[in-house]
Amino acid sequence: MNNNLFKYVLRIADNCLILGQRMSEWCSNGPTLEEDIAMSNISLDMFGQANGFYDYASQIDGQKSADELAFKRNEREFFNFQLIEQENGNFGNTIVRNFLFDAFNFLFYTELSNSTDKTLSALAAKSLKEAKYHLRHSKNWIIRLGDGTNESNQKVQNALNDLWHFTGELFEMDEIDNELLKVCVSVDLNKIKLEWDKIINSTLKIAKLERPTDSYMASGGKKGIHTECLGFLLAEMQYLQRAYPNAKW
Amino acid sequence: MTEQTTVWEVFIQSKNGLAHKHVGNVHADDKVMALENARELYTRRNEGSCIWVVKADNIVSSESEDSEAFFDPANDKIYRHPTFYTMPEGAKHI
Amino acid sequence: MLEQTFQEKIDAEKKIEPKDWMPDDYRKHLIRQISQHAHSEIIGMQPEGNWITRAPSLRAKMILLAKVQDEAGHGLYLYSACETLGVSRAELIQQLHEGKAKYSSIFNYPALSWADMGAIGWLVDGAAIVNQVSLQRTSYGPYSRGMIKICKEESFHQRQGYEIMAEMAKGTPEQKEMAQDALNRFWWPSIMMFGPQDSDSPRTGNAMKWKIKRQTNDELRQSFIDKTVPQAEVIGLKIPDPDLKWNEERGHYDFGEMDWEEFWNVVNGNGPCNKQRLAHHKKAHEDGKWVREASKEYAKKQLNKVNS
Repeated sequence: MNNNLFKYVLRIADNCLILGQRMSEWCSNGPTLEEDIAMSNISLDMFGQANGFYDYASQIDGQKSADELAFKRNEREFFNFQLIEQENGNFGNTIVRNFLFDAFNFLFYTELSNSTDKTLSALAAKSLKEAKYHLRHSKNWIIRLGDGTNESNQKVQNALNDLWHFTGELFEMDEIDNELLKVCVSVDLNKIKLEWDKIINSTLKIAKLERPTDSYMASGGKKGIHTECLGFLLAEMQYLQRAYPNAKW
Repeated sequence: MTEQTTVWEVFIQSKNGLAHKHVGNVHADDKVMALENARELYTRRNEGSCIWVVKADNIVSSESEDSEAFFDPANDKIYRHPTFYTMPEGAKHI
Repeated sequence: MLEQTFQEKIDAEKKIEPKDWMPDDYRKHLIRQISQHAHSEIIGMQPEGNWITRAPSLRAKMILLAKVQDEAGHGLYLYSACETLGVSRAELIQQLHEGKAKYSSIFNYPALSWADMGAIGWLVDGAAIVNQVSLQRTSYGPYSRGMIKICKEESFHQRQGYEIMAEMAKGTPEQKEMAQDALNRFWWPSIMMFGPQDSDSPRTGNAMKWKIKRQTNDELRQSFIDKTVPQAEVIGLKIPDPDLKWNEERGHYDFGEMDWEEFWNVVNGNGPCNKQRLAHHKKAHEDGKWVREASKEYAKKQLNKVNS
């Protein structure tokens, strides 16, 4: 089996799953009922995307099912970005985390739609519509909160400062990215960095927020090195399948 | 002390070519949020191709005590309906 | 005279709309009933919402999330309907927080295992469906239309619950035990959802006269039991009522006496989760205050820009 492709697809699937899981934690906790529904919709979209990518990964693997891939890998076998696994915190924190990722994901899926791998390009094209809406959602909230009250501006600026060091990882090309780029399967992340900067900078300007300076950037998600919160997330998510290994659900 | 939000009435066009239909309302602070909230609440099952939102304050309604004067006169003008007319046998396309 | 026209409309199965004259008691009764219904949907998000992060498969996660999301939507439809009677959503939330408004007692029971997701969907939504189908013909227009919309969306809720129970009942011994345990804990509370017996229900008279209610508590309860007992038999689970027996003469199931002490205790605020459910709702509301304020402030700034 093509190990590079398998890992590449898992990375995408894991991003979708972990973000879906974080967003689902907002259910019955939203600042308004309307926003509760909006966040559940985002969560549903992400789980749907995860399902699609895990199905493909399962095909490549030839052994484990999509559910087994989601529920039976341990912390060091997950390849999502560290940004995605960060806790929800307050609503501002969630919006900033999502915005930084949504801008990336929209550009990523746009490029991935041109992949020579037909399944990847189809999955990307389908997910792109949702990614576009998610970016719209988080972008509008960044602006509302940034240009809202002094309190909201402060909260969002703090979140931005706290999460900024997770953004470097989004654009790292490693051996797998590079190998697959040679056959035009993967996305050239350097290519989308400039566009990402444009979206971030223009939005932050309207939102009266300051872009933090680049300094230390975290890394390792793609290699299964995560922050400490992933373990707790997986323990909760995988509990039933781990506790009842012979059961079908 | 209680927070008040603006109410917007929502009209959905379920398919291209059909008229917009009133489906209910949403709370939102601005028109962008109103459209998005309407999308989240009223189109989860493929029910929409176009959404209108209108501030509830801007809706003008006829009054129920006027309904007799407004609507009853139409009731006995049955000559406005095609079924009122007898057509000769054999006449087509009319 | 106005009262007479109003009653004639009711008797002729016409709908009463927001701008029509209505007796004060009719309005008050509706506000209480609709808001309670709305609060129930929202509080009801909690016991199931707790299990979304632990749902045991991707499919189960998505289905449960879609269901709970629907409950939020239903709450919104109902708050909207209630607002047509001259009360704001903010006031209704305040009443809930101050303990002045009630919600369905069933949600004061804890969701302790995954099988509870099955039991809640099958029994609690099942009971809600029986009630809501009847309410589609309620006399107040906005409430009736809300009910019709809700009923369309509700049927998948019960199916997803029943499917969970069916699968677990034929799964491993531990799964079957989990399913039976959930049924044991949720059966009586589900029956209690239909409220006190008709003989103990003082408001039923007016509610029936004004066609707010179309069937009595006892009628609805019987209908639910008659439907559900065979469903349990099909999947091989036992309903925890030793007095449950088909009565050929009546053409209905006879069933045992409910624990009325427990019923009134939970209704009056002494159930296992009453404090927790309300605290959760209050916290979410408080935590979100700065967000709502920011949103309003932003909207105000935009308006000022346009007007200047």
